[in-house]
Amino acid sequence: MTTLFAACGDGAERQTGASDSGEPERAIQNKGSDTLVNLALAWVEEYRVVDPSVSIAVTGGGSGTGIASLINGTVDVANASRKMKDKEIEAAQENGVEPIEFTVAIDALAVVVNLENPVNELSIDQLSDIYTGRITNWKGVGGNDAPIILLSRETNSGTHVYFLEEVVRKGEKKNNDIFAPQTLLMPSSVGITSEVRRNVNSIGYDGFGYVDPHHEKMIAVAKDDQSPYIMPSVASGSDGSYPISRDLYMYTAGVPTDVIAEYLDWVMGPEGQKIVAELGFVPLPKE
Amino acid sequence: MSRQQSNRLAKAIITIVSAMVIIPIVFVILFVVYNGIGALSWEFLTAPPTNGMREGGIGPALLGTVILTFVVAIVAMPFGIAAAIYLAEYAKDNRLTRWVRLAIVNLAGIPSVVYGLFGLGVFVLFLGFGTSIIAGGLTLGLMTLPVVISTSEEAILAVPQHFRTVSLSLGATKWQTIRHQVLPHALPGILTGVILGLGRAAGETAPILFTVAAFYLPELPKSIFDQTMALPYHLYVISTQVPGMPLTIQYGTALVLLLIVLSFTLIATLVRTNMRRRREW
Amino acid sequence: MTASKQAETQTKTPHRWGERVIETIIRISGVSTIVIVGLIFLFLLKEGLPTFLDIPLRQLFGRRWYPIEALYGILPLLVGSLLVTIGAVIIAVPLGLIVAIYLGEFAPTWLREILKPLIEILAGIPSIVLGFLGWVILAPLIQDMGAPTGLTAFTGSLILAYMALPTIISISEDALYAVPKEYRDGALAIGATQWQTIWRVVLPAARSGLVIAVMLGVGRAIGETMAVLMVTGNAANIPEPGPGMFFQPVRTMTATIAAEMGEVAQGSLHYNTLFGIGIILFLITFAINSIASRIVGVQGNRRRGGQL
Repeated sequence: MTTLFAACGDGAERQTGASDSGEPERAIQNKGSDTLVNLALAWVEEYRVVDPSVSIAVTGGGSGTGIASLINGTVDVANASRKMKDKEIEAAQENGVEPIEFTVAIDALAVVVNLENPVNELSIDQLSDIYTGRITNWKGVGGNDAPIILLSRETNSGTHVYFLEEVVRKGEKKNNDIFAPQTLLMPSSVGITSEVRRNVNSIGYDGFGYVDPHHEKMIAVAKDDQSPYIMPSVASGSDGSYPISRDLYMYTAGVPTDVIAEYLDWVMGPEGQKIVAELGFVPLPKE
Repeated sequence: MSRQQSNRLAKAIITIVSAMVIIPIVFVILFVVYNGIGALSWEFLTAPPTNGMREGGIGPALLGTVILTFVVAIVAMPFGIAAAIYLAEYAKDNRLTRWVRLAIVNLAGIPSVVYGLFGLGVFVLFLGFGTSIIAGGLTLGLMTLPVVISTSEEAILAVPQHFRTVSLSLGATKWQTIRHQVLPHALPGILTGVILGLGRAAGETAPILFTVAAFYLPELPKSIFDQTMALPYHLYVISTQVPGMPLTIQYGTALVLLLIVLSFTLIATLVRTNMRRRREW
Repeated sequence: MTASKQAETQTKTPHRWGERVIETIIRISGVSTIVIVGLIFLFLLKEGLPTFLDIPLRQLFGRRWYPIEALYGILPLLVGSLLVTIGAVIIAVPLGLIVAIYLGEFAPTWLREILKPLIEILAGIPSIVLGFLGWVILAPLIQDMGAPTGLTAFTGSLILAYMALPTIISISEDALYAVPKEYRDGALAIGATQWQTIWRVVLPAARSGLVIAVMLGVGRAIGETMAVLMVTGNAANIPEPGPGMFFQPVRTMTATIAAEMGEVAQGSLHYNTLFGIGIILFLITFAINSIASRIVGVQGNRRRGGQL
């Protein structure tokens, strides 16, 4: 029975017959950001070829979930699309966990609408008005006379928190605005793009890597009225011209050693970063 | 409208409405079969998912569900059958018994997500098992307990009194009677209930969400303290969290889950029919 | 009695002792069910009590649920669960009753033999599969029919109705079956039509069974998680009152727990509030089931060996 299941991935021909004695002895638990989950999966798939002795379990659930697990001591590496808050770091330290932060990729956050939506560009002010419910009809931003259906990630999503701080609150520290209560909280990035595809009046946000331009339309975003409207792309995320672009992190419990250190080095190295670009994220700037 | 007319009208409406209710059920099942059957193959059932889970199969998730179901059986069966024997044979008609029955009725009604919450708090965190097969299995097992108890009790009660009285009058003790006369005849009924309960447990998602299920873990679990993938959670994940997921695989996974649960129901029904045919009273 | 007593004392002592152990285990198993329920409730209480102690009631019953900014108003969640449940009951109870009447009174035997297993199959379909189908088929359908989005309370109600249907049908059937044949025969004998008999005689007599059907349907609907998580939109919003209410997205208590359970750091207030919601769910289902079983207990008899 083990023979049948001791398969490796990547579409390679499955070997029947004697299994290799490659029972993974070294295991890593990797949990957290939904934005990062498919990237993490791609990394793990590739890494199994690089070092088959390591078994890595990937789970999503949102940045908040990963960080909570790190604090609870139930995970080795937490993926996060936002920084850990001071309170969270304290809680971890109280639990005997010292979080160490690694930037593993950069992500341009795309605002998406349905392909048939005539609106093409929005400023951060307008996005804030839309998402707080101050503007509820598309005609308020030059579109059709139709209600705006707000799509968002769940509150445990780092992307959600980032969007709250940088878009809804426009990056202002003293701003206390929050999402309008009628915002639909979708279980994942894919949930957002699925609904955007079929709902002409919806608006959502997702990591650039999740957007398929054949099915969703990206909005050009301007920092304010005076700035130019920029479309998200690997280039504009990389050179900082796109106003809502953020770092993606992996946090470890304490300074990583051994298996985890090797894995992180690989992730931040040329091979790992190649996969970053393949999936539509922005690779780390080369030293 | 005459009484005859309103009678006919009522019958017509009732029949039509019933059809409108029943037909979608058939339609839905056929729809899943039609859309999912293309994905089914030995490869699909045994290979791990690949290419970001967009290709490959559901092997690890299927295995995970099988393992979890085993654990549930081990947890719920002995406990549940013992409790059923208590209720059927030993419990007197007093306040304690009423409370036991009330407890079972309530265990049966607790929402599955509350079981998940309890499992997370107690097994994963408090007892420190972490997200593991043992945590998930115990949570699911608790959830299945009331079903096993109720159906087992019914099966035991259905064994006619004369089996007991004859055995006792021949000098057997109470337990001997139960063990040699009552239980063997109640066994098919008990099995039916257990199988149905296991079928339900296999299909549950909420209790395993945070007690055992992994998003992507193609390697086999090596101990009960490991995480594992599981079929219901896998369906949830691939239908809501993987970009570009081919619909065929989604339907195929749903179909496999459906078939598993249905085959549990089928086996249980077969056991029950067989029992009815063979029983000695 | 003497014969068996004599026989008992003649059995070997070790045998007797082993039996004692087994019988004790059996008794403990039985009684421990109470312990388990108690444990679950106590654990929920332990982790959830801070919700009710640390959060001022005015805030707790506020209109906004936004935990990351310490807004813990559970009102939208209660309303969400309520709307979805009411919708499900409104759909499932009449339909379930009609199907039960059809099965019990009109359906030819061959058809009944097909339909009953079919309904049992429906009962077995996992909620995630129904949620999946709701997400993939039903939600787009409802949007095409003109709703601003297909992810609404109504979508959830429809799926929940189908999940509750087998329970409601089966209990209604039992209730209808329990009505004594004499009632029907009497009505028919004085010239009533079949429908008149059902409507005027059988249904009223089966009333309490039907009440139980409704209650258990409610209990089932309120506790459902995955299906509503996937199709109700999960917006913690209290829709404007009015018939359009059901076509707005909502967020149920169960979906909230499932969606946020993983995020919480153990011991944080958010963690406590999720357990607090768990307590509410536990109490609601406790109340429903206790009342329902009391109604049944008053009426039902214990069946013993072979006699019905």
